[in-house]
Amino acid sequence: MIVLGYILKKEFKQIFRDKTIIAMMFAMPTIQLIILPLAMNFDVKHVNLAVVDHDHSSYSRQLISKIGASGYFNIVAAEPSFQQAITYIEKEKADLVLEIPADFESNLVREGTQKLGVTVDAINGTKAAIGGNYLLSVINDFNQQIPVNAGRNMPSGAIDITYSNWFNPLAEYRFYVVPAVLVLLLTLIGGFMSALNIVREKEVGTIEQINVTPIRKWEFILGKLIPFWVVGMIVFTLGLGVAWGVYGIWPVGSFVTMYVFAAIYLVALLGFGLLISTYTSNQLQAMFVAFFFIMIFMLMSGLFTAVDSMPPWAKLIANLTPVTHFIKVIRMIVLKGSGFADVQKELVYLLLFAAGLNGWAIFNYRKTS
Amino acid sequence: MSAVTLDHITKTYDKGKVLAVDDVSLQVAEGELFGLIGPDGAGKTSIFRILTTLLLADKGSAAVQGYDCVKDYREIRSRIGYMPGRFSLYQDLTVKENLDFFATLFGSTIESNYDLIKDIYDQIKPFNDRRAGKLSGGMKQKLALCCALIHKPEVLFLDEPTTGVDVVSRKEFWDMLKKLKTQGITIVVSTPYMDEAMLCERIALIQNGKIMSVDTPEKIIAAYPVKLYAIKADNIYRLLTDLRSMPEVDTSFAFGEYIHLTLKNERADTTALQQAIEQRGHTHVTIKVIQPGIEDSFIRFMNQDSK
Repeated sequence: MIVLGYILKKEFKQIFRDKTIIAMMFAMPTIQLIILPLAMNFDVKHVNLAVVDHDHSSYSRQLISKIGASGYFNIVAAEPSFQQAITYIEKEKADLVLEIPADFESNLVREGTQKLGVTVDAINGTKAAIGGNYLLSVINDFNQQIPVNAGRNMPSGAIDITYSNWFNPLAEYRFYVVPAVLVLLLTLIGGFMSALNIVREKEVGTIEQINVTPIRKWEFILGKLIPFWVVGMIVFTLGLGVAWGVYGIWPVGSFVTMYVFAAIYLVALLGFGLLISTYTSNQLQAMFVAFFFIMIFMLMSGLFTAVDSMPPWAKLIANLTPVTHFIKVIRMIVLKGSGFADVQKELVYLLLFAAGLNGWAIFNYRKTS
Repeated sequence: MSAVTLDHITKTYDKGKVLAVDDVSLQVAEGELFGLIGPDGAGKTSIFRILTTLLLADKGSAAVQGYDCVKDYREIRSRIGYMPGRFSLYQDLTVKENLDFFATLFGSTIESNYDLIKDIYDQIKPFNDRRAGKLSGGMKQKLALCCALIHKPEVLFLDEPTTGVDVVSRKEFWDMLKKLKTQGITIVVSTPYMDEAMLCERIALIQNGKIMSVDTPEKIIAAYPVKLYAIKADNIYRLLTDLRSMPEVDTSFAFGEYIHLTLKNERADTTALQQAIEQRGHTHVTIKVIQPGIEDSFIRFMNQDSK
């Protein structure tokens, strides 16, 4: 125990001596938490629209001005033919082309129906899909208001849908993404730093000198993991502070539950780092292996996209990473105020990950040395 | 009791493809200054790593101070000091922090064994607060030696401690080893430098994982079976090729400004040889009989081995 204390002292000394590392450790979470959620915004604004109006009637003008007034669209061009309008999409100056056919108004009045052409640039899938949807809803709205329809009575008893966003009333993306970025940062600290730090001892050769001392394996391992656990908890706290200070996100749920989860999650991630360090022999290898897994963690854990909408095999992989469960829990606690009972299942998962990864790592550490 | 015993140790790498240590047996007596002499890749480091419990041998058994290197590895670790060939201390910790750290790992303090390291430590003490990575090569060696000694080990293993160190520091280093020996510490040291072999009490010549000879350096030299000549002429390179083509010459090697030569049939008189050489147009030919050194013995063993 006295030896462990001294190892810890040495580790902290080394961590705090490396100015770059220490700066990165604390600047990274702060800066990333400030920048990433602002950049990662899925609310689509400023969809560029090119309009082809063959009709030039009062209805078509009404429709166009309604679209322009919706706030989501910039009308970048009004062209006489579709061929000319489509060049705007080709040159990436427009995302959508709306084509209003001739006799738009007269057909509407006389026959009650009329088709419109909407052409979407699908290279930026999100923008195209969401922009297209916005346009459709504006047209729909217009459809309701035009005198032809307004005159007709809507069939009574039609199902009318109203939305209300619970737990995130304004459906703001930052509420979704800030907790996730917080998790991402913990993952980086826990997974990367610990793996690289242990492998460095191998690479520099200091582990040789350590191994010929009577130091116990568990003392060495704990001496490596505890400092990063502490750093991780500090970063987590710092991140919560930034989330509150910059985004006004104050967790609805209990801090105790959140910290319990963060503590267990870090143990699991440190086990992951330790595991990588037992399989690699230098920092470059360790970095690549860690990066490989962390990329999968990031892209499949529901950080950016919902796990529920993944195909079954991807869902399976997602559930096999600890990150998925932790992100879920943090979102539940921060946004929804879930209590301990609601997240029990995730707690069991994370405990299993912590035990599994660390057990595997220690088993492999013994075998190789 | 022997301080170090190796009994038919064999070690291979890459699943048996590379033979690093080939059936090595040797013993080091207590309090001895023992040298493992051999070129790079001879298997010296593998033997050290087996003895310091860092590596498991494929076959055979090894013991340090009577403790088995596999079963009683913990016992051994607290009784030995090991200085690897590569500088393996924390470069981002200062001199004093490194010493303190390793002392504590052994449950000791700098003060309790101060007399043992005093001579060496005094030289690096002015740099107490300098980071180990910023020390010169010689200073690093001294610090590493201090760290290996800080817990008063019974056996000290030094793997190529003088490789890459300047001549003056090398000499100092060997003086330090001699002083340590007087404290009763058994020292096993490896080196690729043949001249350092003479400074050991007993040496083992090792090549390709095999021990070629184990004895005191004097006895190994005395056992040199034939007369050794040193020859010099103006064109040393042409002389060497000419000598190698002469039927009566057994071996010839360039050795500094001389060529060391052995003959198939020994002659008391060197005039015939001198004439034969001068007939081939060499000028300023000098021939003398010399005392062989360890290197001559080493080369002779090596040639016997490859024949």
